[in-house]
Amino acid sequence: MTTLRVALLHLRIGVMNDLQYRVNFALQILQSLLALGTGLVVLWLVYSHTTELNGWSQPELLAVLGVQILMGGVIRALIQPNMMRLTEDVVQGKLDHALTKPVDAQVLISVREVQIWQAVDIVSGAIVIGVALVRLGADLGALDVLAFAVALAFGAVMLYCFWLVLATGSFWVVRMWFLPELFEGVFQTGRWPVGIYPQWLRFGITFLVPIAFAITVPAEALTSRLEWETLALAAGFAVVLFAFTRWFWRFGLKNYTGASA
Amino acid sequence: MSTLPLAKEGRLRSLADFYLTTIRTAIQQQFQYRAATYMYLVGMVAEPVIYLVVWSTIADQSGGTVGGLTAGEFAAYYIVWTLVRTMNIVFTPYGWEERIREGELSGQLLRPLHPIHYDLAWFAGGKVPWVLFYLPIAVVLTLVFNPTFDVRPLEIAVFAVAVWGAYLIRTFYQSALGLVTFWTTRVGALFQLYITLELLLSGRLVPLTLMPEWVQTAAWFLPFRWTFYFPIQALVDDLSNEQLLGGLAMQALWTLIGIGLFSLVWRYAIRRYTAVGN
Repeated sequence: MTTLRVALLHLRIGVMNDLQYRVNFALQILQSLLALGTGLVVLWLVYSHTTELNGWSQPELLAVLGVQILMGGVIRALIQPNMMRLTEDVVQGKLDHALTKPVDAQVLISVREVQIWQAVDIVSGAIVIGVALVRLGADLGALDVLAFAVALAFGAVMLYCFWLVLATGSFWVVRMWFLPELFEGVFQTGRWPVGIYPQWLRFGITFLVPIAFAITVPAEALTSRLEWETLALAAGFAVVLFAFTRWFWRFGLKNYTGASA
Repeated sequence: MSTLPLAKEGRLRSLADFYLTTIRTAIQQQFQYRAATYMYLVGMVAEPVIYLVVWSTIADQSGGTVGGLTAGEFAAYYIVWTLVRTMNIVFTPYGWEERIREGELSGQLLRPLHPIHYDLAWFAGGKVPWVLFYLPIAVVLTLVFNPTFDVRPLEIAVFAVAVWGAYLIRTFYQSALGLVTFWTTRVGALFQLYITLELLLSGRLVPLTLMPEWVQTAAWFLPFRWTFYFPIQALVDDLSNEQLLGGLAMQALWTLIGIGLFSLVWRYAIRRYTAVGN
């Protein structure tokens, strides 16, 4: 309970801190609009040359794009800033300050930073999903919406785990400046349903980098093509990955000798 | 007075010396952190692989070609794309922003050389390890995606020059943009706009022939196509000798315009500069 309270308090301070910088909000809106515009142009280009891509129609791919933008917002607002702070703290020897506190270290290093303006993408992703659903004339039942929400939550957990595993790597490999570029590059694969990729790549962005689970599976829920087995697999994989990440984080900590004292 | 030509010669020699030393340092530094460099490259390769998969899927679905290109030709386009992208990595406006905000520039202004020389030399040196690291990736991509290549010696020669032309063009336009940080320290939004235009008008996103007619027309009047489309085309397409050499001439023209623009902005910008830091 205390851990939860500490986590929420950290998040609140992070949000308040970021809210001071109002101009960043305008800049973020501009940036999100540009990214969204580019995504729409690409979709339009693709569908000016074809009517369906691997069985997905244009509004269906719009839903995929929406989920990708939304998930990108979640990552850049909540996950990535914390993970990059972790890698920087290891380099600068500041991590000891977090480790000596009486709360669970993994919780603490996961809630210290928030970049609230990045959440603009969460909103813009949600709007894109809304537009896609209207254009699809989708008749979503409560069960579909629930499946979507659950798939999205599992996806977020898996991407958090993926980031933490990478960031934990900084206990061994100190220089990790490339992480955002690497992730951003690979994350762009999520703009398209995983089905279009060759087998080896599909495997990679499903189990190595869980992008398929985080984006395609929720989008499948929205376009009524999700099978219960897939959702169950997502749940199972999320649990396994979370357990592994927890173990790996502790294993890394055990190997960490500290740099400050 | 015979000292004048001598002084000039000495200056040229020390400039060449400066370039060589900076290039060598950059190469060594990139090799030292090869794991990080490799990961960075892997992130970069994702972009063309995605485009490639999407467009070859469409080509296969539409009976073999889309916009006159086959899956194999798309593969050739995007594999060469990656090499061109590696070659046209330049110092970004974000770099200028940091340089000015952190007050690094003050020290650089005291040196007898313009800081742009350092950027040009450093990123030129970085290309050596980046291209070396990229080669195995290119082999893997070639094995996986079966590109169709038909290359003449002149095309290779023009390509080898054109990638440096692309490098110079991008360096000067992006640096001119970077100088905007003398007025505001938030160049990000402007840079994003620039990159979006480049993405659509340079052939970075798709071969320009897939774009609507009016976009293709607009692209003729802008520098962007000479930084991606032309170098890639030089190797992948069957351009005539006139087209190949004419393209190099256009690159030279846009480079000169870029240098002019950069020098102009620099002159005004430097007057505004009131050092940050000490």
